[in-house]
Amino acid sequence: MMQNTVLSLRGVTKRFGGLVAVNAMDFNVTEGEVMGLIGPNGSGKSTTLNLISGALPATAGAISLRGTDITTMAAKDITRRGISRTFQLVRLLPSMDVLENVMAGAVFGHKRHWGAEARTYAMGLIDRVGLGGKAHARVGQLTYIDTKRVELARTLASDPKLLLLDEWLAGLNPTELETGIDLIKSLRDEGRTIILVEHVMDAIRSLCDTCVVMSSGTKIAEGPPAAVLTDPEVIRAYLGDDDDA
Amino acid sequence: MTLPDWKTVGGAAVLFGLAALLPYSGSGYYLGLGITIAMFAVLATSWALFSGPTHYISLATAAFFGVGTYVTGLGFEALPYWTLPLIAGVAGAVLAGLVGLATLRLSGVYFVIFTLGLAELVRQIITWSQNRSGQKGLYVLTDMTEAGIYWQLLGLAAAVFLAGWLIARSRLGFALRIIGDDETVAAHSGINTALAKVLLFMVSGGVAAMVGAILAPRFVYIEPSLAFAPILSFQVVIMALLGGTGRLWGPLVGVIPFTFLLEAIASNFPNQTTLALGVAFLVIVYLLPRGFVGLIEDAKARMRRTEGAL
Repeated sequence: MMQNTVLSLRGVTKRFGGLVAVNAMDFNVTEGEVMGLIGPNGSGKSTTLNLISGALPATAGAISLRGTDITTMAAKDITRRGISRTFQLVRLLPSMDVLENVMAGAVFGHKRHWGAEARTYAMGLIDRVGLGGKAHARVGQLTYIDTKRVELARTLASDPKLLLLDEWLAGLNPTELETGIDLIKSLRDEGRTIILVEHVMDAIRSLCDTCVVMSSGTKIAEGPPAAVLTDPEVIRAYLGDDDDA
Repeated sequence: MTLPDWKTVGGAAVLFGLAALLPYSGSGYYLGLGITIAMFAVLATSWALFSGPTHYISLATAAFFGVGTYVTGLGFEALPYWTLPLIAGVAGAVLAGLVGLATLRLSGVYFVIFTLGLAELVRQIITWSQNRSGQKGLYVLTDMTEAGIYWQLLGLAAAVFLAGWLIARSRLGFALRIIGDDETVAAHSGINTALAKVLLFMVSGGVAAMVGAILAPRFVYIEPSLAFAPILSFQVVIMALLGGTGRLWGPLVGVIPFTFLLEAIASNFPNQTTLALGVAFLVIVYLLPRGFVGLIEDAKARMRRTEGAL
């Protein structure tokens, strides 16, 4: 295995009863790379993310983080080892303010801060994601993009080696989308390693170094966005065969 | 500690000091009421340490309390008296730990039902083992006075408040609040959710068992139906919710008026006590979902807004 491989999936499979949601997935993510995990709805992208983050156990195969096998690890241990994620439907802590939401990642994640140090650290990240001045706002009062920023700041607070963003750009209006893409771009420029599950094609083209395309739980293409997005099989997966109609 | 911290601790110490003077009033009636208040204050506060932040409603208080009374009932002749509450605390914590490991993966209503069943299970086991030995109950004849019981409960209350105050300021307290808000986020933030929940459940169960151990001499005669009375679990939940579980002092604010209310109901309508308890529960849930604490905080917020407007 190459020295700078952060994450590696080998034959990773997830079955729910008779349904094979993820079928023998293989891919590597190298350090500093932004990898797009794309494919039509129901193709197994989110399930793959759930397997990596420990939200679901894999049925077969092996997942390793910098050479350490994390296939059977619990979510909390995977987070402590340095994989942090956002959720497809934003999940914030409703009884807490923005600062405490971000501190949750800072106190218990990969980097474990506490007390005044955790506050200062979290405040820095609140500014970093563009929430300056809103540290003491209740999360229920935030706009949609701001709730996404809080979640992003919480995942960054654990200082992950690998960041998993599950449709982080979904549901944003065109102006917000531009802001959102710039924000992720700035994370990429910091040298962060990111897996991006995304439907927004503009974002995939401008953010991703490589793409893995899934269809019906299987990898059907892999490569730079420009190449895979013109791949006939990928187009067929998105638009369907003539036979399907 | 900062200056406001010293003020909080100092203020609490003065209040406890004043409460400790109650036995010198010379009134047996008020002392009896004081014991009831102290008992429910400890039970409701320790219940809220776990159930407040996590929102896991436990109906196992009676199980831990009963185990505590039996520790005293079985041990008071053989062991020095002062060891009994400590042994009861350990027994309660161990029982809570075992139950916690088995059940805290259950969520919501399943957890509630299990804890209610637990109290019944322990009661049946003790009834069964007593029947085998031919006894119905145990006499607990000690020279412990009412004042002695009251002071022990007050000391335990002080310890519980101090523990709660320290936990709220610790990583563990923060972890529990995150678990209460969203357990999935908690796990994905790196929190050992099972450990945090079991630890607090053990604290809560251990304290309830200590209360049982301290109160056993007052009962003089204990038997399973008295020691494990399920109504105790419900009373504790109602009082804690009436006060509000969002603040450490919340349950206490519920315990004091509720004890007077129960006292009034029990002396005027002795046969309708349970009915009144049920009605009180409905009223609290519908009208005061966040308890007195919620009312007080809303009033404070209104005052701040009014000041801002002026």
